[in-house]
Amino acid sequence: MFAEFGYGVLLVSFIVTVYSGIAAVYGAMNKSASLVESARRAQLLTFPLITISALALIYLLVNNHFEVAFVYEVTSRSMPTYLKVTAWWGGQAGSLVFWSWLLAVFTSAVTLRKWDRDIEFLPWVIVVSSITLAFFLGMVVFYENPFTRFWLSNGNVVPGMFPPSAAATIFTPQDGQGLNPLLRHPGMIIHPPMLYLGFVSYVIPYAFAMAALITGRTDDRWTRITRRWSLWAWLFLSFGLVLGGRWAYDVLGWGGYWGWDPVEIAAFMPWLTGTAFLHSVMIQEKRGMLKHWNMILIILTYALVIFGTFLTRSGVLSSVHAFANSPIGPFFMGFVSLSLIASVALLIKRWPELRSETEMKSMLSREALFLLNNLLFMSILVVCFWGVIFPLISELFTGQKVTVGPPFYERATGPLFAGLLFLMAIAPLSAWGHSTVKTLGRALWKSFAAASIVTVVLIATYTQNVYAVIGFFLIALVLFATLHEFWRGARARQKAQGENFFSALANLMGRNRRRYGGYIIHISMALMAIGILGIEIFQKETQGTLSSGEELNIAGYTVQYRELASWDDRGAGVNYTRAIVDVYENGIYLGQLTPRIDYYFDSQQNMTIPGQRSTFKDDLYILLVDWQPVSTIGATFKIYVNPLVNWLWIGSILFLFGVIFAAWPENDPADEPARRKVTRDNRQASAAD
Amino acid sequence: MNKIFSRKPLRITLFALLLFALAFTATTVFAQDGVTDDEVNAIAKELYCPVCENTPLDVCPTEACRQWRELIRLQLSQGMTEEEIKQYFVDNYGARVLSEPPRTGLNWLIYILPPAMILAGAFILFRSFRAWTKPEVVEAGSGEERGEASSPAEVDDYVARFEEELKKRK
Repeated sequence: MFAEFGYGVLLVSFIVTVYSGIAAVYGAMNKSASLVESARRAQLLTFPLITISALALIYLLVNNHFEVAFVYEVTSRSMPTYLKVTAWWGGQAGSLVFWSWLLAVFTSAVTLRKWDRDIEFLPWVIVVSSITLAFFLGMVVFYENPFTRFWLSNGNVVPGMFPPSAAATIFTPQDGQGLNPLLRHPGMIIHPPMLYLGFVSYVIPYAFAMAALITGRTDDRWTRITRRWSLWAWLFLSFGLVLGGRWAYDVLGWGGYWGWDPVEIAAFMPWLTGTAFLHSVMIQEKRGMLKHWNMILIILTYALVIFGTFLTRSGVLSSVHAFANSPIGPFFMGFVSLSLIASVALLIKRWPELRSETEMKSMLSREALFLLNNLLFMSILVVCFWGVIFPLISELFTGQKVTVGPPFYERATGPLFAGLLFLMAIAPLSAWGHSTVKTLGRALWKSFAAASIVTVVLIATYTQNVYAVIGFFLIALVLFATLHEFWRGARARQKAQGENFFSALANLMGRNRRRYGGYIIHISMALMAIGILGIEIFQKETQGTLSSGEELNIAGYTVQYRELASWDDRGAGVNYTRAIVDVYENGIYLGQLTPRIDYYFDSQQNMTIPGQRSTFKDDLYILLVDWQPVSTIGATFKIYVNPLVNWLWIGSILFLFGVIFAAWPENDPADEPARRKVTRDNRQASAAD
Repeated sequence: MNKIFSRKPLRITLFALLLFALAFTATTVFAQDGVTDDEVNAIAKELYCPVCENTPLDVCPTEACRQWRELIRLQLSQGMTEEEIKQYFVDNYGARVLSEPPRTGLNWLIYILPPAMILAGAFILFRSFRAWTKPEVVEAGSGEERGEASSPAEVDDYVARFEEELKKRK
């Protein structure tokens, strides 16, 4: 009953979405306020409709309705209720419903807020988001229906929404297959929603950009309206990526956080264009330049969001042939192509109106450096895109399957990331409009000197690896230059206002959230870079089979095998095998670690949980690879020492803080007089400086 | 012994299976060989699982990969070099076992296209810089504040930039 109901509501929401799009187009073109209003209400209706459908699906998931194919695939009786709920996005069909639901939420938020202010854009925003929503709902309704049930017809079990024959009866399996254990980790429960939130929220800036192109309001209004949307979208996407990395580190059992896997890159690509957009859109706001480029970036971001979903959802990555057999593959490809063609056609139509209002003054001006930053981000995108696509092309044209793995990406993107670090250090010090080597040098030399000293110390005490040395130098440069910016700003304010240093700093930051949020993000990136350099360059590993009392030695650590136990938890449907090892560093006892392997009966899959000991210096990361319960051989362990990797996670947390700081709402009208005061104060400050 | 390895994959898989069974029934074959896990992993790390997607052989948890690692151990104990072992895997399972496409034929595209596109991008950017920095009259609509930003007296003054930003937010 719930399955038919859920599907029916889904079907209705699809029809309502299509209506909303069509009504908005007609209404906007014929200037019919009532049609536009009707479109808007239809759009608002999609949110409760999809919510109801999703609730029906969750009901089925939670109550073990294994006659529903999706429920059978992603849940089992032994799973706790919260996991049954999160199984909603644990499989293909459900995650597409989740995507649609998020889009309905966001579009409703846009049309509910500031409807009157943005009235000229909004009909077209509704059109664009309705088309996108109709595409995803259409996919769910026609191809990937989560409410499909099993039917017993002529002795065969067939899946289908409706009975395949009059005599068919519903078939209910005893138990479900259960969620892939790897997806039961807390990181994996939050990771997909974060990523999807990021993906979906980029639809909104794109919709506004298209609305700007269609209506011809090609000034920077659309970027101002969507500034905060883009920031939040970027936050979610970044956080989703970081969570994915942490999840990989904790459960995938290969001692790393990022493997340049196509699925990872699929989510990374829109992040690259999104980050480039975040920077270049500032040039448009400050200098009225790069309007074409910003349009291209947001179009690319949108296309890559859809393309990323397509890559991970169509099966194309495992084989070109899987793509051909998957019903949604061609559908997705068609949509990405059509939306790209339509967006580019619109852009070309408005090309002359998007001309720059000012000229580039100097190759060292902030806007020029931002452009270089964009070039680097796009270069990384090219490497990633080509690396993901090439195996498909190779298979298609030569039939030969190839792997494009980390060595390719690391070699190609390493210098580009180094370039980005360098720009991160110098661009904030350059002025809008005009900068020279002299002005830039004057702003930078202290940081440069400090970074050089740090580097020399590092060479003497830590490493002579040339890549590491370059990397650490750049990281130090970013840190010093950015902190110096904080210091200078706060000192200037301190002098002018007579405040103490810390309240001057707090006020300065509070009144320039985007700038200082950006700086915090830069610092966090530098910290993350420390972790990345550490694990990429200095990771050590060893493996060995130990009997009780035997030990393995690596990088000053001694790991001594104590014992191993294996037991079933029938209620949870898991067998745990846990080893206990003693850990010593340079002979000093540090404590015990317990690497383990969880075997899930329902899905017949393993999950490897490392024993980890994290410090600022390094992580000791022990995996239980194998064991022999009956013999005396004991257990096989793989041990990684991952230097500095903790800085990656510390940086991530600071990063979150930085983005939230920058994106936090501050447009309180009550702020206005205070702001005018600041301006006057700073005029005094600049006079005093 | 090397002759066995030049035969078809099925034979090899069977052989590997046998070897695997051997390794786990009798006490360790490998301990006697003197080939350490680290030596095996060093090579397995450079290879990709021939059946799973994008998983390096040294960390792949599947049974098949475990057998392949034992095969590497055996090959090492017979004195095969890293190159020979890699070549053996390529011959039997195709180029996909390598972490990068071999530099032959169409595969050159993967190495050439990205740098070519990056250089093209840099060139276009450089050209645009040149075009932009040509002295032209600033459009009237560009506004006072935008013109102001470039007045040389303020260029390196941090606070001035800061102030200008605030002004625009009003």
